[in-house]
Amino acid sequence: MLTFTLRRLMLAIPTLLVISLVIFLLVDLAPGSPLSDIPLTVPPDVRQKMIEAMGADQPVFVRYFLWLRQFFWVEPAYLFDSWFGTTWSEGELRILSWQSRSPVFTIIGQRLPQTLTVIGTAYLVGVLIAVPIGIYSAYRQYSWFDQAGTMFAMIGFSVPTFFSGTLLIIIFAVWLGWFPTKYDTQLVVNDWESFLKQVRQMAMPVMTLGLANAAAISRYMRSSMLDNMGMDYVRTARAKGLSERTVVLKHVLRNSLIPVVTVIALGIPAIFGGAIVTENLFGVNGIGAALIGAIQGNDIPMVQTIAFIFAVLIVLFNLIADILYGLLDPRIRYD
Amino acid sequence: MLDAAGRPLVQVENLKMHFPIYTGIFRRHTGDVKAVDGVSFQIMAGQTLGLVGESGCGKSTVGRAMLRLYEPTAGRVVIDGEDVASMPSEALRKKRPTMQMVFQDPQASLNPRMTLAEIVSEPLDEHTDWTRDQKLERVYELMDQVGLNRRFVNRFPHEFSGGQRQRIGIARALALKPRFIVCDEPIAALDVSIQAQVVNLLEDLQEKLGLTYLFISHDLSMVRHLAQRVAVMYLGRIAELSPSRDLYARPLHPYAEALLSAVNEPDPVLAARRKRIILKGDVPSPANPPQGCNFCTRCPKVMDICKTVKPDLVEVEPGRMVACHLYPAAGSTGASEAYERNQQGETQ
Repeated sequence: MLTFTLRRLMLAIPTLLVISLVIFLLVDLAPGSPLSDIPLTVPPDVRQKMIEAMGADQPVFVRYFLWLRQFFWVEPAYLFDSWFGTTWSEGELRILSWQSRSPVFTIIGQRLPQTLTVIGTAYLVGVLIAVPIGIYSAYRQYSWFDQAGTMFAMIGFSVPTFFSGTLLIIIFAVWLGWFPTKYDTQLVVNDWESFLKQVRQMAMPVMTLGLANAAAISRYMRSSMLDNMGMDYVRTARAKGLSERTVVLKHVLRNSLIPVVTVIALGIPAIFGGAIVTENLFGVNGIGAALIGAIQGNDIPMVQTIAFIFAVLIVLFNLIADILYGLLDPRIRYD
Repeated sequence: MLDAAGRPLVQVENLKMHFPIYTGIFRRHTGDVKAVDGVSFQIMAGQTLGLVGESGCGKSTVGRAMLRLYEPTAGRVVIDGEDVASMPSEALRKKRPTMQMVFQDPQASLNPRMTLAEIVSEPLDEHTDWTRDQKLERVYELMDQVGLNRRFVNRFPHEFSGGQRQRIGIARALALKPRFIVCDEPIAALDVSIQAQVVNLLEDLQEKLGLTYLFISHDLSMVRHLAQRVAVMYLGRIAELSPSRDLYARPLHPYAEALLSAVNEPDPVLAARRKRIILKGDVPSPANPPQGCNFCTRCPKVMDICKTVKPDLVEVEPGRMVACHLYPAAGSTGASEAYERNQQGETQ
């Protein structure tokens, strides 16, 4: 298993290098440039100075290798310095956003907690709802509960978040007045009062995304349970005289969770990626909102860095899913 | 019955297992697959009853319905004095230790995520309050009994060969010291060389532990070797139930005759003289069986009465029971059959 993991990590290096180049070229070759936003009243020599200050006058490959060096050397060194008080990154230029001129990782560090609390909770809620629904739907296949679960999943799949989110705002914020329409990013949770406020403002984005997540996972859970329910070893378990609870929860469920855990692990990078539509809808100032803002402002370093972090997470969680599969299923051996 | 060796441990009376068919937009109940349609037999304690028949005739369904792995539609299954077919589920669970099953596919019937020790000792977790050490000791004891090396105790099923897996299946069935074991084609998925080992193991265990078997198989020569009495099934009903010696020497039912003529004869001189009876046509669908005798569509000795009246299984010679109009004792059932849905030759 260790050999497998190391080998996969080594293979990830060229994969990620190719991905980073493709992202860089795509972002760079896309129409639009930050310079086009400079007003025409700015004199040409000032304009030239601004371009040079950003480093945008350099050829694309120079900028690419500079970015690589900043991402893989300067930023980790900076992090190391701030932890241990060393001076490795002294005098080095960090990746700077063209919009705000502040380091990209500082912005990400500010935005990520918002995303992780809201989207992460939504994912967790989605999984917690979906797994029991999937189990019971499969156990009582074609019962009214199963039909209702199928309906729920169909709604979750087919209704886009911008619609279901708006619907929730109308019902819970406008008509009932239970929750605020906008998420307050400034809120600091330090007592019971502010905690309740945080829960209330998180409720709607969590419901919106939780519905979408639960829809997919409950279907996976259900079909995986159905696959295993008909297996011979389940009949063996019944013949042993085990209680129905043990048969379903120990024999069927544990075997059914193997593919579902993989699907759940593969979905985790999406939490970090944020949900662009939902974040915008509820005004959650998270990483999705940061990415959209950077794209609109032609902030190439920012877009490049965030997109690349997503790529790293996806590669990483693919590996984690594979390792989990090997840990959960004794038939899988990575030698 | 001639077999006065003991009292019957297992008594099956008129066991029926019908699987409903739902059709149409409203999923109306329009018929049944009559997988098992009125089967009766008994097994003496310590003996083996062989159950033979071609694929799809309902052999396995009989075994599963007897142990309530399916809910039987009708009938009584008395095992060791208690009717299993009508027991409430909690009492049934308590009863399970006395009746166990060895399954056909040893690969699929073992949970892939459990080790040998877990598989074999799980019934003990459920039905005893032994300590871990006691259970492990029992697992070792069972492994010795079925001839598995004690070192394999923490291996997973996929790490074993087919024959070894079947030994695990047998050890698992034996864990709770059952009195009656249904062997549902335990050797069908094994290589011929392994088949003999497993059959001999089953025989040894029977001798040592005084087990009673229902041995389901389509391998006629294995059944001859193992069973004292043999039931031949065709399309959900028993065609003939005879002591194995008599059946193999002189089958009475035309279907049993045809089936046994298919057994290979190792002696080439005898093989040359052997007459094979080749049946024409296909087995009718169990959802739509013929009105009279189930075998009347293919029987070489068919008579008019066979097409209208279902023959009952009656004793025609001492110890031999046959369901066929050819034998006078069987002809006494003059009463016509009750109306049944989906009978062949009927338009709806």
